[in-house]
Amino acid sequence: MWQELRTELRPQGLEIVTVALDARGSETAGPWIAKAAPEHPSLIDAAHVVDALFGIVNVPSGVWIDEEGMIVRPPEPAHPRRPAYLDRAVGADASPEERERIELVKALHIEAERYVAALRDWAWSERGRESRYALSPDEVIRRSRPRPVEEATAAAHFALGQALYARGAHAAAIEHFRAAHRLQPTNWTYRRDAWSLAGADREAVYGTNWVDEVKREGVESYYPPLRL
Amino acid sequence: MIFISPSVPVAEFERVTGWLAKVEGLCRGDRCVPFRANDAATVELSAAAEALAMPLVHDSGHGLWALGAEAGGHALQSVVAPELELPDYRGESFRLSSLRGTKVVLVAWASW
Repeated sequence: MWQELRTELRPQGLEIVTVALDARGSETAGPWIAKAAPEHPSLIDAAHVVDALFGIVNVPSGVWIDEEGMIVRPPEPAHPRRPAYLDRAVGADASPEERERIELVKALHIEAERYVAALRDWAWSERGRESRYALSPDEVIRRSRPRPVEEATAAAHFALGQALYARGAHAAAIEHFRAAHRLQPTNWTYRRDAWSLAGADREAVYGTNWVDEVKREGVESYYPPLRL
Repeated sequence: MIFISPSVPVAEFERVTGWLAKVEGLCRGDRCVPFRANDAATVELSAAAEALAMPLVHDSGHGLWALGAEAGGHALQSVVAPELELPDYRGESFRLSSLRGTKVVLVAWASW
């Protein structure tokens, strides 16, 4: 999805670097990347290192870094285009659960047009910091996610869960994923990746589901409205 | 950040965490925090965890240690982009700093 924007904005001096937060790495992310045939760097982050480094908690998230290596926008929802699932009609035969899930998805803040317009403005600016969307250093830090010790500890548990899963120790991995979820309930990459590993058993294993968690935490926790 | 021993060679600690043990302390980018190493060659994870305010979690059943994120303050404590070294989908190592001089949008996504 990002290749199209990359083709448009690379001549202006902007590069896109995608990072796949897939605990199974290339095994699951690889086919998607191959299909997209990206010309930009396409990285694999099985342990969700970028969550710990930048404060990312959901996908898609974007971080802007200027020519001097300074962060000018901290992590925020980064949709390159309006996802097709927002316009999907609810089937007449949809179950109440399915209907509730689709309605919740449609209530999410997804602001692709505004995000891409800001990105174009920044890409076209003479030097990145001259765009009004490039934030001051104080504002970048202030807008980045507060990091209490619980959330800092969740990163260690998620990394252990991923490492143990990769070693085939699935039961032990699940214990660490549960700890990560308990310590940082609003880190959706920790939740969704662990749920995906559990497949059809996800609700039995983790005792919860996407709808219940998004309702509990609120759609603004899932994708906060863009503050451009 | 996973380790298989509670005591780690300095070079490995730097490769995994980005923090280099120097005489003046542990340093990364424009930041240094006070740290006294037992010797010049190794970093004790428990001491580094305390110095960096990074929680250390040990899985004794599998002999693994993990350092979490820096606690306190905000996720970003400096606007200097931290070094990020990850494999690309072909398995080749990539460093974010190789794009210095270019505007970069780092985009996190997933297949799930």
